[in-house]
Amino acid sequence: MSTPPESIVEIENLCKSYRRGDQVIPVLENISLSVPVGQFLALMGPSGSGKTTLLNIVAGLDRADSGRLVVAGTEIGGLGEVDLAAWRARTVGFIFQFYNLIPVLSAFENVELPLLLTPLSRHERRSHVALALDLVGLHQRRSHTPSQLSGGQQQRVAIARALVSDPTLIAADEPTGDLDKVSAEEVLELLARLNAEFGKTIIMVTHDPRAAARAGRVLNLDKGALIA
Amino acid sequence: MAIPISYSLRNLWVRRLTTALTAGGMARVVFGFAAVLMLARGLEDTLVSTGSPDNALALRRSSQAEVQSILSADQAAVVETQPEIALDGQGVPLAQREVVVLISLTKQGGAGPGNVVVRGTSPLSLAMRRQVRLISGRMFKPGSSEIVAGKNIAQGFVGAGLGGALSFAKGSWRVVGVIDAGGTGFDSEIWGDLDQLRQAFRRNVYSSVLLTLREPGLYEPLRKRLEDDPRLTLEVKREQKYYEDQSEAMARFIRILGLALTIIFSVGAVLGAMITMYAAVANRTVEVGTLRALGFRRRDVLLAFLAESLLLSLLGGLAGLAGASLMQLVRISTTNWATFSELAFNFRLSPVIVLETLAFALGMGLLGGVLPALRAARLNIVEALRAE
Ligand SMILES: Nc1ncnc2c1ncn2[C@@H]1O[C@H](COP(=O)(O)OP(=O)(O)OP(=O)(O)O)[C@@H](O)[C@H]1O
Ligand SMILES: [Mg+2]
Repeated sequence: MSTPPESIVEIENLCKSYRRGDQVIPVLENISLSVPVGQFLALMGPSGSGKTTLLNIVAGLDRADSGRLVVAGTEIGGLGEVDLAAWRARTVGFIFQFYNLIPVLSAFENVELPLLLTPLSRHERRSHVALALDLVGLHQRRSHTPSQLSGGQQQRVAIARALVSDPTLIAADEPTGDLDKVSAEEVLELLARLNAEFGKTIIMVTHDPRAAARAGRVLNLDKGALIA
Repeated sequence: MAIPISYSLRNLWVRRLTTALTAGGMARVVFGFAAVLMLARGLEDTLVSTGSPDNALALRRSSQAEVQSILSADQAAVVETQPEIALDGQGVPLAQREVVVLISLTKQGGAGPGNVVVRGTSPLSLAMRRQVRLISGRMFKPGSSEIVAGKNIAQGFVGAGLGGALSFAKGSWRVVGVIDAGGTGFDSEIWGDLDQLRQAFRRNVYSSVLLTLREPGLYEPLRKRLEDDPRLTLEVKREQKYYEDQSEAMARFIRILGLALTIIFSVGAVLGAMITMYAAVANRTVEVGTLRALGFRRRDVLLAFLAESLLLSLLGGLAGLAGASLMQLVRISTTNWATFSELAFNFRLSPVIVLETLAFALGMGLLGGVLPALRAARLNIVEALRAE
């Protein structure tokens, strides 16, 4: 891809509902949204408004019921399960509220995981992981397991994991939701750097106004609809 | 590349108590499985190696064992003069008429009576059966009421040790030597003078004629000529085949009964593995969701959990095999169905049994692991990630 598309996320009239028994619960209604390449977007809104659902659909974890959805040049609604998994591995870096590191793997191995899905050699993987851990300032801690790290450190390892495969989009769901003020500040600082220095597009779901303040654009979701 | 095997290994290590208990349950079944095969194998080895490749045995047609066979002196004489028979240094044909009878003796330690094979033969048979050695005392004198006892008999029966005396066939028989037949069936026999024993048991016939061939390849022409002769109604078997046939029915019985039992017990071990693996999947639901989000496929998750279950069963398999290999030190004694006499033998481990046992263990792991692994692979990503 020599000329990157103007917008990395292009959504038109997206709808999503969940079924609970024979009850249909509409979660997202007629969402249209365009996210330019390199934007740091914060998604806010009350609990249950559909933020996570929207992020999951954009990141290829969940499927929309209807609407058009193009992410990083691909209409992901048309991808099969296996292709979608490969697309996620190439395109999206994930950051979760509870870090979601694999407890039995060291920081190094956790960061290496996404690279196992690439054709990189062991040697190349090693240097990529070292670079990513350096970036989050945890290279010294590479052989520690998640239980030997603080919450803030774990989230920084998770950030290293999210960026190690050089994805175009970073999807973060309440990345500071479980952190104290200082750690949250460190994590936000890192995300801002990824956006400013490396040009990563970031979509971050958050409840925290101070987190949202770091973003270039803030959108509010309420009862499944975007409000200006 | 798939999820690394170290992931599966470390998860087993993290819950090592559960791992040990589950693998322990499998190890017990594996132990039983291996022990059955080792038992059958030990029996076969003992009986098969009782024969020598260049020996043949002439018996009455369709007699399963020497005890049931009757050969007249005329028939024996025809057999002895066949051209395929080897000669010793003095030009004497290596052919030995023998008579085999069963007697009842008292076992050591109040274990009651047991049947023992008594073989009437001559010292020549020691030369013809090269695996048999005298380990103490001397060979019986021809024409005397002396006997030698196989080492299992000497140890296992009252009065059968060196210098002892046994009463049977209305006579007293002095044990002047003990023979070691290298773990073969002759270790469980008593040998004495052919004519003395025939008189004592009032037999004017023979049970068999043992022959040493000039070379093993001459067996076929010899067999054909003797068996085709309408006067003889004989059957000629290679000595090894004769003992192999004896072991067959018993070894098969041990295998079928033993394996049926272990398969019943293995149900418990498989369920144990299944419960352990279901618990592992339940505990790691978020982890599975995360791996899938990162781009690992359903198949990768399936393989990771299957690998974990297989490693678990491999652990159980190795532990069970280690225990079973100790069984090689155990010697057991049972009744040989073909002769109704006591036969002692060891559990014997072979490379084939090792492979069969590990395959059995891995089979249990596969059975126990496949449903939990499928559950893990089928998890919906979004729901798995929500399962905090
Ligand atoms: N698998 C599901 N089945 C049924 N309903 C669901 C499912 N997942 C989400 N929902 C419902 O969809 C709605 C939106 O959920 P979502 O997680 O997107 O909200 P959110 O804005 O992220 O909330 P929070 O701030 O609490 O994380 C909620 O009402 C939720 O109960
Ligand atoms: Mg949410």
